[in-house]
Amino acid sequence: MAAYITRRLAFVVLVLVAVSMLVFGVTTLLPANVAYLILGSFATPEQVHALELKLGLTDPVWQQYLRWAGGFITGNLGESTLMNRPVGPMLLEAIQRSLMLTGVSFVLIALIGVGLGIAAALRHGRPLDHGISVATYLGIAVPEFFWAIVVIIVFASWLGWLPASGYEPISAGVWEWAKHLIAPTLTLVFGHLAHVSRLTRSSMIEVMQSPYITAARAKGLPERVIVLHHALRNALLPTITVLALDFGRLMGGIVVIETVFAYPGLGRLVVFSIQNRDLPTLQAAILVVAAIYALANLLADLLYARFNPKIRFGRNVA
Amino acid sequence: MSPEPTSAPARPPRKPMPLQLKAGLAITGTILLLGLLAPWIAPHPWDTISMRTRFLAPNATYWLGTDEYGRDVLSRLLMGARLSIGMGVAATLFSLAIGVPMGLAAGYFRGWIDEALMRLADVLMAIPPIMLGLLVLAVTPPALWKTALAVGFVYIPPIARLARSVTLTLANEEFIQAAKARAESTSYILFREILPNAWPPLIVEASLRVTYAILLGSALSFLGLGAQPPSSDWGLMISEARSFLDRAPWIALAPGFAMCLLVIGINLLGDGARERLDPRLKARLGKA
Repeated sequence: MAAYITRRLAFVVLVLVAVSMLVFGVTTLLPANVAYLILGSFATPEQVHALELKLGLTDPVWQQYLRWAGGFITGNLGESTLMNRPVGPMLLEAIQRSLMLTGVSFVLIALIGVGLGIAAALRHGRPLDHGISVATYLGIAVPEFFWAIVVIIVFASWLGWLPASGYEPISAGVWEWAKHLIAPTLTLVFGHLAHVSRLTRSSMIEVMQSPYITAARAKGLPERVIVLHHALRNALLPTITVLALDFGRLMGGIVVIETVFAYPGLGRLVVFSIQNRDLPTLQAAILVVAAIYALANLLADLLYARFNPKIRFGRNVA
Repeated sequence: MSPEPTSAPARPPRKPMPLQLKAGLAITGTILLLGLLAPWIAPHPWDTISMRTRFLAPNATYWLGTDEYGRDVLSRLLMGARLSIGMGVAATLFSLAIGVPMGLAAGYFRGWIDEALMRLADVLMAIPPIMLGLLVLAVTPPALWKTALAVGFVYIPPIARLARSVTLTLANEEFIQAAKARAESTSYILFREILPNAWPPLIVEASLRVTYAILLGSALSFLGLGAQPPSSDWGLMISEARSFLDRAPWIALAPGFAMCLLVIGINLLGDGARERLDPRLKARLGKA
């Protein structure tokens, strides 16, 4: 197992290096001249050229890449061309807010998804089961931004319970903070329930038909104990890996959700930096998202291997 | 359904078309037809600005109301259908055009070609699809066809992987060995022997990919990196309607519901087709 983990970790590092090259390569193709952006549209060509020299923009691309990657490793992410402040702290703030949003959503997805899956499995083939299938299917079949808009229309426009957008730090009061978190969380949770609930349902149905459950029933154990202690433990194994994958998916989901709700996290930072051609911020933000995404996928693989000794280590590894 | 005595080797009777497939065909077909006929059946011009008819709620003249420029929402919706579907299909065709040859080569030649192509796919799949799309689109001024290309690019790796795994199993079949023994050229074996047999799973995958492509493309348009005003792309329509959710929610809800319907329709179509083409899956689903 240790060897397997090491190999997988090394692979993730390699992938991230490749991703960083990709990100850097693409962003240097951007038709935006950083020096020009910093100086504004009234700069003379001489000024632009001087700054280009100072920033090293006239060096070969691979030198620029090495300088950038080196800075990344030592924690110097460069300076945002738009905000005129270091990318690092700005990024850290955005990451914290995004992790808060995705973390809360993730816990809810796990709890509600598993709960719905169990409920559907125990009533399988009955109206409750079909109801849950249809509801979770809608969640996944429909674009997230549409749910976001429905949530805004219902809870902000009609009911007036929640603010339509924005963010308040927790220092402004727990309720103020929570109020701004509810709408985006609701949207994210609804959009991601289906995977978890479906998988829990099908594995739960399978487990409930296995002989050891029949044995437990024959012993006269109450159904609640059978479901929660005997069946759930085995039924959850596949769900756990899907949950890890879902965390990665949430990192993609926040791009749209944060933009709709004007929630100042990582996703909005990416969109914002693209719209404003803020290259250093864009590069750093995408790399961070890729890192979180890759780690979540790695975790999913490791959990899968941990709970499923049948898979052969070393076979499917590069 | 009734067991008939047969002497011939058991051949399952032709099953009736699954309900999913029928429903999917009906929904997708209707939207497709409406989109194709849009210029002739749209009740009003889709792009004529008329300040006198701004923000009209749905009524007898404007069935789905009007938007902030007084344009008929229904007409815009109909014109937008062709954009959304066209974008999704174009993107999927693009990822098939690149991904299938990649997968064929990787699965057939194995060795370093396989290794290189699949590691490349790993790298591309290490970025969330929407981020990869944003990254690709950040390079140039936005336009819908570029969004289609970007979306197609994002979905190359999964297509290539599928094509590879299908090729891996097919490459050991006897008819391939026979073709090799006949000294057929490699391109003949790849494109005339393997490809036709690899199509069914690829087609099903592709039909499901169309919905991903539509969702991703509309999300990118929604973020301003796709179709540009005054286009009536559904993602863009929803995005523009965001400022008026309070006073005119119908402008956002109409394209939203239309998109739900389209995605559900294509999903049903894909699921139904898969169920029909892949009996193993059916057995598995039947058990659950």
